[in-house]
Amino acid sequence: MGIHSPPQRNWWKEPVARTEIVWVVIAFLWGLIMFSAMIYWHAVGEQNLSNESYRITPELFSAKTNAMVEKYQVREEEGFPVVHPPAGSDVYMIARLWQWWPIIEFEKDQTYRLHLSSMDWQHGFSLQPVNINLQVHPNYDMVVTLTPNEAGEFGVVCNEFCGIGHHLMIGKIYVTEN
Amino acid sequence: MATFKHRVCPATGLRIHSSAENLIKANAVTAIVFLAVGGLFGLMVALTRWPAVHLLPADWFYLVLTGHGLDVLLVWIIFFEIAVLYFASAILLNSRLATPRWAWTGFWMMLVGAVMTNVAVLQGNSSVMFTSYVPMQAAPHFYLGLILFAVGALIGCFVFFGTLVIAKEEKTYKGSVPLVTFGAITAAIIAVFTIASGAIILIPTFLWSVGLIGNIDTLMYKTVWWAMGHSSQQINVAAHVSLWYLIAAVVLGAKPLSEKVSRMAFLMYILFLQLASAHHLLVEPGISSAWKIFNTSYAIYLAVLGSMIHGMTVPGSIEAAQRGRGYVNGLFEWLRKAPWGNPAFSGMFMSLVMFGFLGGISGVVMGTEQINIIMHNTIYVPGHFHATVVAGTTLTFMAATYLLVPLIFRRELIMKGMARWQPYVFGLGVMGISVFMMGAGTLGVPRRVWDITGADAVLKYDYSGAAYLMMGLNGVSAIMAALGGIMFVVIIVGSVLVGKRTGDKPLEGMTMTTAVTYGSAKDIKIPGTVVLVAVFFTAFVLYYFVNWKYLAEVWPLR
Repeated sequence: MGIHSPPQRNWWKEPVARTEIVWVVIAFLWGLIMFSAMIYWHAVGEQNLSNESYRITPELFSAKTNAMVEKYQVREEEGFPVVHPPAGSDVYMIARLWQWWPIIEFEKDQTYRLHLSSMDWQHGFSLQPVNINLQVHPNYDMVVTLTPNEAGEFGVVCNEFCGIGHHLMIGKIYVTEN
Repeated sequence: MATFKHRVCPATGLRIHSSAENLIKANAVTAIVFLAVGGLFGLMVALTRWPAVHLLPADWFYLVLTGHGLDVLLVWIIFFEIAVLYFASAILLNSRLATPRWAWTGFWMMLVGAVMTNVAVLQGNSSVMFTSYVPMQAAPHFYLGLILFAVGALIGCFVFFGTLVIAKEEKTYKGSVPLVTFGAITAAIIAVFTIASGAIILIPTFLWSVGLIGNIDTLMYKTVWWAMGHSSQQINVAAHVSLWYLIAAVVLGAKPLSEKVSRMAFLMYILFLQLASAHHLLVEPGISSAWKIFNTSYAIYLAVLGSMIHGMTVPGSIEAAQRGRGYVNGLFEWLRKAPWGNPAFSGMFMSLVMFGFLGGISGVVMGTEQINIIMHNTIYVPGHFHATVVAGTTLTFMAATYLLVPLIFRRELIMKGMARWQPYVFGLGVMGISVFMMGAGTLGVPRRVWDITGADAVLKYDYSGAAYLMMGLNGVSAIMAALGGIMFVVIIVGSVLVGKRTGDKPLEGMTMTTAVTYGSAKDIKIPGTVVLVAVFFTAFVLYYFVNWKYLAEVWPLR
C-alpha cells in the first residue's frame, strides 16, 4: 500500500500496465500540443503580448503624456481631457492613485501604440467589456500596439489592488467610427 | 532506540513515538485554529463582494482580505503540512522524530511569526494583500513575522529530513520508503526552494520597510516573490496528492497501480513545478515571450503531466482495490459502493475530482501565455485557486484529519452524523465559490476590489447584470462553505477535547489491510477509471480551445 514500503525493493524494474503507459503518452502529447499552440499563435494569432517595453521615470512619462494632451485634446469630460490622437501615433495613458489619465478616443480599425506606465504603485489596466488585462508598473513603459475593432464606449478598470481608493480608479476609452 | 517513549498503534502495529505524536497534535491543532480565523475572514470578504450585501467598509474589507490570504493560504496550510511531514516520516517509517527540541523551536517560531503578522494586519497599517507588492509598504513587523514563520517552517523541513536519516540508520523500515513518504519528500524539497525564495525577497523588503534599502524594483520583486508564492502552492499539491494515496490506502487498502509511475509523477513535480512564478508575470512589461512560454508551461507541461498521471493512478488504485473486494459489476459498481459515508473518503474523492476538473483545467488555460490576457487579475484567478487550494488542499487536509483524530489523538469522532455530511456541505460550497468567481471573471469583474458599482467614481463603468448575479451566487456559496468549515472545526475540536478515547480497539472506517496484491501487474482492470479519465480529458481539450476562441474575439494587439 501507499503507506508501506514497496514489496519489492527494485520497484523501478517492475513492469507497468498498458493502461498507464497509454495515458502517460497521451498526456505528454497533449502537453506538446498546448506548448506548440502558444508558439503557433505568435505566428498566426492576432492577440499576442507585447515584448516592447522601456525603463522610464514617472517624470519623463508624465511629460510625454502632457505633450500628447496639449497637442491632441479635443474636449473635456468630468475634468478629464479627451484626446484624439492620429492613427499610428504613440498614445500615452498614465496610471496613478486613483485615475487613468487622460480619456482617449481611438478610431475604429486604426492601429495605435499605447504606452502604459504608473506614477506610483502597480496598477492593472483592464479594458471592459473587451476584457484585455495588462499589468502596469512604475518605471516601466509598456508599449502595446492595438487595433480597436469595434466602436463604442469602454471602461478602463484598475484590477491590481492599489489602496483604499482602488475601486474609484476607472478610466475611459472611446472608439469612433471613421 | 527502545529507550525513546513510544506506544504501539493497535491498527497498524507501528511504533508511535510520543515526541512525534505531540508535535503532530500541536501543529494540526494550531493549523485548525488559523483555518477558523482565516475562514471567517473569507466569509466576510465574500459577503462584502456580494453587491446586495456589501458587508464591510472599504478599509476593513482590504484589511480582512489581507488576513484571509495570510491565515488560510499560508498559516493553516503550512502548519498542517508540517504535521503531515512528521506523520509521513516518523509514523509511517516506524521511527522516532529527529531533534524534537528543534521541531518545537520551529513550531514556536512559526506561531510567533504568524501572530506577529496578524497583529500587523489587524493594526490597520498593513492592508497590502497577501502579495504585498512593492512599492506599497506594510509595517516592518508584517515582513518580520513572515520571515520568522518561514524560518520555523524551514526548521520543520530539516527535522523531517533528519528523521528520514535516522529511520534509515536505525533500520526501522525495510527497503524503499512508502509512496506517501516519497510524496512528502517531494513536498519538503519544494518547500526548501520556496522558503529560500521567500528569504531572498522578504529580507530585503523588510530592510526597505525600516529604511535601510532605498528602492526595490517592482518587477524583480514580483518575479522572486512568486517563486515563493506559487511554489508554496506546489508544496500543497505534492502534500495533498500524497494524502490522496494515504487515505486510499488506509480506508480502502488501495495499493498504487505502479510504484514506478506514481513516483516518476512526483519526481516531475520536483523538477518542474517551481517554474510557475511565470503564471503571475504573463502580462508584465519587460519579460520576453520566450521566457514566459517556457516557464509558464513548466517546460512543455511536464509538471501538468505529473498531475494528470496522479489523476489516473489515484482513482485507478481505488477501483482496483474495490474490484479486489468483489465490486466487479459494470463500470462503476466500485464507485457506487465506495464508503461515501466516511468523511475521510468522500472528502478525498471530491477533492480529487474538483482539483482536476475545476482547478487543474482552469489553471492550465489561464496559464497559457496569450489566454492570460483575458483573465489576468480578474476574479477568475481566485476562482481558479479556490478550486486548487480549498477544494484541493483544504478539503484533503480536512479528510485526513478524520483519520488523524482516531490514529493520533486516539479519540472517536463526536457527532458522526454531522461528520458524514461535512465534506459535502463544504465541498459543494467551495465548488460554487470557484465556479461563480470564474464566471464573474470571464465577465471582467476584477479581483480584490471593494466595490464594482463605481458609485463614488468620477467616471463610471457598468458591469452586466450577469456579473452581479455571479457575485451574489458566490456569496451564497461562501455561506455554505463557511457552514461546512464551522461543522469541521466543531467536530474536530469537540472530538479532540471530549471524544471517547479509542484505547486499543480496532479503528472504525479503516481497512489497513491490502485488498489486492496486483501491484505492477502487466494488466490491471480499471475500466471505470479509464472512462472517468476520458471524460476529464475531453473536458480539458474542449475548454482549452473554447478559450482560444474567446481570445481570438478581443481587439488585436501585439
